[in-house]
Amino acid sequence: MARVPVDQAKVDACRAYAADVANDVQHFIDRHTTVGVERTVARAYGVDGADGEGTPLANVLVDRIHRAGHAGWGVSYFLGRALAEGAGSIQEAAESLAYSEAADVEPGRVSGAEARAALKEATAAAIARIDEARDQREAFKARFTPAPLPLKYVIVATGNIYDDALQAKAARYAGADIVAVIRATAQSLLDYVPEGPTTEGFGGTYATQENFRIIRRAADEISAETGNYLAQTNYSSGLCMSEIAWMAAVERLDMLLNDAMYGILFRDINMQRTFVDQYFSRRIVARSGIVINTGEDNYLTTADAVEKAHTVLASQFINEAFAKRAGLREEQMGLGHAFEINPWLEDSFLFEVSQAQLVRQIFDRHPVKWMPPTKFKTGDIFHSHVHDAMFNLAGIMTGQSIELLGMFSEAVHTPLLMDRYLSLKSAKYIFGAARHLGDEIGQWKPGGIVESRAVEVLDRAHELLEEVQRETIWDAIGRGAFGDVKRTRTGGKGYRGVVARHEAYVNPILDALEGTEAP
Amino acid sequence: MTEQRYLRAYGDRDGDGMVQMSFTLGILPGDRAREAAKRFAEAHGLRDPLVTAMEQVSREYTYFVVYGHSPHIVDMSDIHVEELAAQPLTREDVEAQGKKLGRKIVVVGACTGSDAHTVGIDAILNYKGFAGEKGLESYKCFDTHNLGAQVENEELCEKAKALGADAILVSQVITQRNCHKENSAALVEMVKAQGFRERVMLLLGGPRITHGLAVELGFDAGFGPGTKPNTVASYLMEHYVGRSYPAGSAGGAGGAGGAVAKGEP
Repeated sequence: MARVPVDQAKVDACRAYAADVANDVQHFIDRHTTVGVERTVARAYGVDGADGEGTPLANVLVDRIHRAGHAGWGVSYFLGRALAEGAGSIQEAAESLAYSEAADVEPGRVSGAEARAALKEATAAAIARIDEARDQREAFKARFTPAPLPLKYVIVATGNIYDDALQAKAARYAGADIVAVIRATAQSLLDYVPEGPTTEGFGGTYATQENFRIIRRAADEISAETGNYLAQTNYSSGLCMSEIAWMAAVERLDMLLNDAMYGILFRDINMQRTFVDQYFSRRIVARSGIVINTGEDNYLTTADAVEKAHTVLASQFINEAFAKRAGLREEQMGLGHAFEINPWLEDSFLFEVSQAQLVRQIFDRHPVKWMPPTKFKTGDIFHSHVHDAMFNLAGIMTGQSIELLGMFSEAVHTPLLMDRYLSLKSAKYIFGAARHLGDEIGQWKPGGIVESRAVEVLDRAHELLEEVQRETIWDAIGRGAFGDVKRTRTGGKGYRGVVARHEAYVNPILDALEGTEAP
Repeated sequence: MTEQRYLRAYGDRDGDGMVQMSFTLGILPGDRAREAAKRFAEAHGLRDPLVTAMEQVSREYTYFVVYGHSPHIVDMSDIHVEELAAQPLTREDVEAQGKKLGRKIVVVGACTGSDAHTVGIDAILNYKGFAGEKGLESYKCFDTHNLGAQVENEELCEKAKALGADAILVSQVITQRNCHKENSAALVEMVKAQGFRERVMLLLGGPRITHGLAVELGFDAGFGPGTKPNTVASYLMEHYVGRSYPAGSAGGAGGAGGAVAKGEP
């Protein structure tokens, strides 16, 4: 690879600042839970189903405990107590606690330790379910030759899960390695996960456990047919971050978009809520071997990609620190960045290559995720295709791990069958034609545009991290340090679902996940 | 340049009517498929279509590129489209008019409903703007409030009233199954029902928005792809200073959508 100069001492200092930032947040996380975390725990224990109006049992159950003011004990306490007092099953206990007028949601009679002990078997079964799904996925994947990097990632977004399945298969046929099924645009703001297969939604259809199964089945079929594995990804973000992570883990997804910073800045999710949710979701992800994708690329859609490139790098250090605290290995951290510089700026391509190479070198074990141009895309599809070609060239030159392929119809509509085909064809051509370009170049002109840019971006990321460490992430976000978007600590959606843990808080699933090394 | 009255697609030589189209059909490549693509193009009126690409894109579908001669002619004397973007005031003129007005024009903008795509509203409103064109926030004559994404109509109305908005800008990017139309029309109804329609300008923008569509939905104006902040600034200022917009007449080159440049409104 044509390397750029990286001052290792500066990188180490960045990691140290990021560690402080993450430790501060972790201190908060360890003293709180959320309705989202508790619903995830309930689901992990097998609490299943929804009422006639489609409200999941997990929601009714947790909301009832929360309304009574006792969510800080953890839903596990109430489920465990019911078992200790003779309930036939967790499902039965959950239904009774949720729907029965006579159900007691006041703590008492049974201690936290006793409730925990009653859940011992169920906890082991919940963890085993994640492990089995992971082993099954890895065994199936092992039948195929790994695809060369960058992995070609495309989206399907028809709004109907059955069309999505068809388009996913077509994408693999045309050479895709990863398919993302886009969710309905407002799902991140729903405080429940819809049930069953869905055939509607704007900009995509819902993430549901059944929809995950439908796409997994299609992906497995086409993998077997074509002899190359098709990976599946979805979105563990928004108000149901950890519930989706659990569903993805047990339904054998390969990747998840998972980034609290993204939710805070771009979906106005409350920061306390989503940091707590993110931690639990990443604990599940760590156990399941799923690769996360973070959303730093989005900063460059609202802020300028030259001026604010360093905010992406700074945020990647912070995201890495959060991920480490949740037990993720570097190989599971698909840190995000993007090709979003104004294409008409002179030497824009050199800046892009420089930034991409810098991220590649600093996060050398991480499957970094490289995002295509979107901000400067217009309805001129022919020019758009050229723009994407430059993105592909930068991607192969700098050895990116995962490339979300640009679509020439980016500013027009969600990708059509032929749009995706042409995008994959172009990537195949450029990845092949320039496979060893980076190696051959070896070194950039010393002190030239590419080198100087890399030095500048790292320097500025270092400065920013120093500031964020001093002021804390809460206040840094408050002043618009990332993506030029400002959010407050108690503002945004989902704040009411944040609860301080009671000293007797019971969450054996989290304990089990925290007690294990990453697989 | 004087406008031609009759327009035909122009490729290499005057009157050749040359156009290109691409599409997929549910058939696998072959001679029958090639003939199918040719007939498909002919059915669209293309003469002597040439199928230049035929490639299988999935187990069931094939992608085609076809060139052909279109015999169709557009008579420009039949076109009556208001040209909002024809001759916007310059930034200096907008500011000068603003001084005359003697107060700031209060502008409230949002992506409404489930729409999370702020790129358009940000490009028009935020100081930074887009591609070197600074947004309304950078003008002294506007008091700008960008409420961001996924704002419900109720909340938008409430904020607009609280801020004493002179204009509400709505951006709608997601257009699947016409959700942008329903949502925008609902806002107009709400503003009317709450009794402040007469006091506020309603502007709609987005990649699939035209001035005609916006007016049809009950807005005062619509701005399509490529709209620059200055066009919107100019439009608002001219409305409030009470000068009529320079007559665009039936002229101009672009038709619906106005000046096509970079960016989405």
